[in-house]
Amino acid sequence: MAAASENTRETINRLKQDILRMQGFTPPDGGGARRIGLGPVEEAFPHAAFPPFGVHEFICRCWEESAATSGFMGGLLAELMGDAGVCLWISTSRILFPPSLSTFGVQPDRVVFVEVARELDVLWAAEEALKCNGLSAVVAELQDMDFAQSRRLQLAVEKSRVTGLMLRSSPRIVGATACAARWRIAPLPSLPEAGLPGVGFPRWEVELLKVRNGNPGCWQLGWAEGRFVPIGWPLRKTAPSRMKKIS
Amino acid sequence: MEKRFASIWFRYLTTDRHAVRRPDLRAVPFALAAPVHGRMVITEANAVAETQGVARGMVVADAMAFLPVLEVADERPGLAARLLHVLGLWCIRYTPIVAVQPPDGLILDISGCAHLWGGERRYLKDIVGRLRSRGFHVRMAIAGTIGAAWAVARFGRETPIVRSGEEANTLMALPPAALRLEPEVTAKLHKLGLRTIDSFMHMPPSVLRRRFGEDLPRRLRQALGREEEPIVPLRPIPPYVERLPCLEPIRTAAGVEIAIQRLLESLCKRLAGEGKGLRAASLMGHRIDGKVVQVGITTSRATASIPHLIKLFALKVPQIEPALGIELFVLEASGVEDADPVQEALWSSTAGLEDPALPELIDRLKGRAGIRAIYRYLPDEHHWPERSFREASSIVELPSTGWKSDRPRPTRLLPQPESIEVTAPIPDYPPMLFRYRGTAHPIKRADGPERIEREWWMDPGEHRDYYCVEDDQGRRYWLFRAGHYDDDSSRQWFLHGFFA
Repeated sequence: MAAASENTRETINRLKQDILRMQGFTPPDGGGARRIGLGPVEEAFPHAAFPPFGVHEFICRCWEESAATSGFMGGLLAELMGDAGVCLWISTSRILFPPSLSTFGVQPDRVVFVEVARELDVLWAAEEALKCNGLSAVVAELQDMDFAQSRRLQLAVEKSRVTGLMLRSSPRIVGATACAARWRIAPLPSLPEAGLPGVGFPRWEVELLKVRNGNPGCWQLGWAEGRFVPIGWPLRKTAPSRMKKIS
Repeated sequence: MEKRFASIWFRYLTTDRHAVRRPDLRAVPFALAAPVHGRMVITEANAVAETQGVARGMVVADAMAFLPVLEVADERPGLAARLLHVLGLWCIRYTPIVAVQPPDGLILDISGCAHLWGGERRYLKDIVGRLRSRGFHVRMAIAGTIGAAWAVARFGRETPIVRSGEEANTLMALPPAALRLEPEVTAKLHKLGLRTIDSFMHMPPSVLRRRFGEDLPRRLRQALGREEEPIVPLRPIPPYVERLPCLEPIRTAAGVEIAIQRLLESLCKRLAGEGKGLRAASLMGHRIDGKVVQVGITTSRATASIPHLIKLFALKVPQIEPALGIELFVLEASGVEDADPVQEALWSSTAGLEDPALPELIDRLKGRAGIRAIYRYLPDEHHWPERSFREASSIVELPSTGWKSDRPRPTRLLPQPESIEVTAPIPDYPPMLFRYRGTAHPIKRADGPERIEREWWMDPGEHRDYYCVEDDQGRRYWLFRAGHYDDDSSRQWFLHGFFA
């Protein structure tokens, strides 16, 4: 009996892996996954590794959240771009303060800013950029994105293996999208340095609202000394009944 | 190659133009007049009027006296020059080098062109036939020198085609006016009984120069091909240009794309062979209705890559309006630079600013109408936040100084600092509470002040005292107070940015 159930579990695991592979999630090759320093957050993704070849969607409801999201993205970009990579930052009006990226380990001169006239052009430019495999990552600031548009971006990414980060500030409709993950980054009181007054290192509440084939959750992360600092373990795991899967 | 020139003479240029608009003017005496010293003087008369004695320079009242049916219209200044320019552009389909010879002629450098029309006779017939069908009285001649072609077009009685080397024989019988001389010189020659060119052609040049000025021997030498005569082409010939005449007019986008591909293939092959690359190019489509449609592209680095250039042009194809059809495509490389040789992928290159894919992407983005600007920023040696970075001049420019990260800087900076209300203890303490867009933010933690002086040599104003503050919900802001606290005025506080 036990042997039979063992057998069944193995079959189910294998089938799960097959489904993942068919959906474009190749298991990390060789010696383990590529860690990008997100600590426990990475466990939420399939194969316990941040999917770099996917479109990630970040929801911000106010200016403060988009500032926090920009900082968090800066940390991700530093890891994705490495020493020589180039990133494209597409927006309708540039509010990002380029020198601040150096705080998060990104050389701001390796970010190319594209200013466009309309939201639709953001999507067009993002798709063109995501098709170009000379880039490491593409950041696009936009408000709304529907399923078809996100699917186009995701398809472009799967071919070119570029990471797409969509910063959606105060979206009107947060519907289903084809993105690999949907995040929300909110600022939290900063990490105080022992015995020092004033504002400390930035700290965020990182919430994975949706993860394709993964487990959503909520964590606290800080940024200190040029890397992400996980604080404690998951604050709360989203209850299985509320768990949403996009697939 | 043997030089051949064609001269086209529009005998009744402006009156013909009026007759095109109003065909009824063709059969009646018609003249154009302009005021000279308070009198209307005829500047041009059509063929019917000329046969009845109306001539250029006559006063309108005199002409009307003996020819009451004469129709007179006001001359529009500059019309002849504009017409010649348009006709010259039209003639570019016959040869790339076309020059205007005011007031009423065109000169075409047809060296190596006529055989495409099956010989000079057919070439001439084609041009003359087409211009006549448009309603212009034209005379045209082809000769080995500009002077001879000009002379034969205006004064020739026999064949309009003069073979090279026979200019002297042809010119002999023509009057001196055929040498493009000043009216005074012609009059003087007539007075002396020199009524044909052969009567003075063999005189020593020094004699001619002494009596008639420098002009006569020079014009004679030019007409006989002993002296080069420069012409200024209407449209300078770019060194890199490809032409694609179409058998049938092209009207579809697919057809235009095929034409672009063919043109690019030959152009890029040539450029690549010379180690050069394209920086700017324009495609012109000569349409059946005589208009020219033009689109242009630019690249951010010299390239001769056909797939990339095709992509750039593909974005512009919708702007090309073929109307009834395009019969000739001309691709012109207006900007050409030495290109770095592209390494064939030996190993997959790591992404970077030198990656050729990046400039190609930027070119594609720039080609789209909705893309306002593409920037890269480099650090600049200024403390003032708005000036702490500058735009890079090129995609590969490297920063000369490092990025500063010793001071906290917000990730989002407002383009204009926004005014806020604060409660702050004086003199230099951070605020205890501030109100931004109707929301109160009690401040829990704060750093500062960081004083940043205004660069007085660039703009006047107060310095700023910046504070990083964090409110009770952990939201971090960058605030500043402009200037010192004074006795009377309450100081303005501003919110300038948001920290991560």
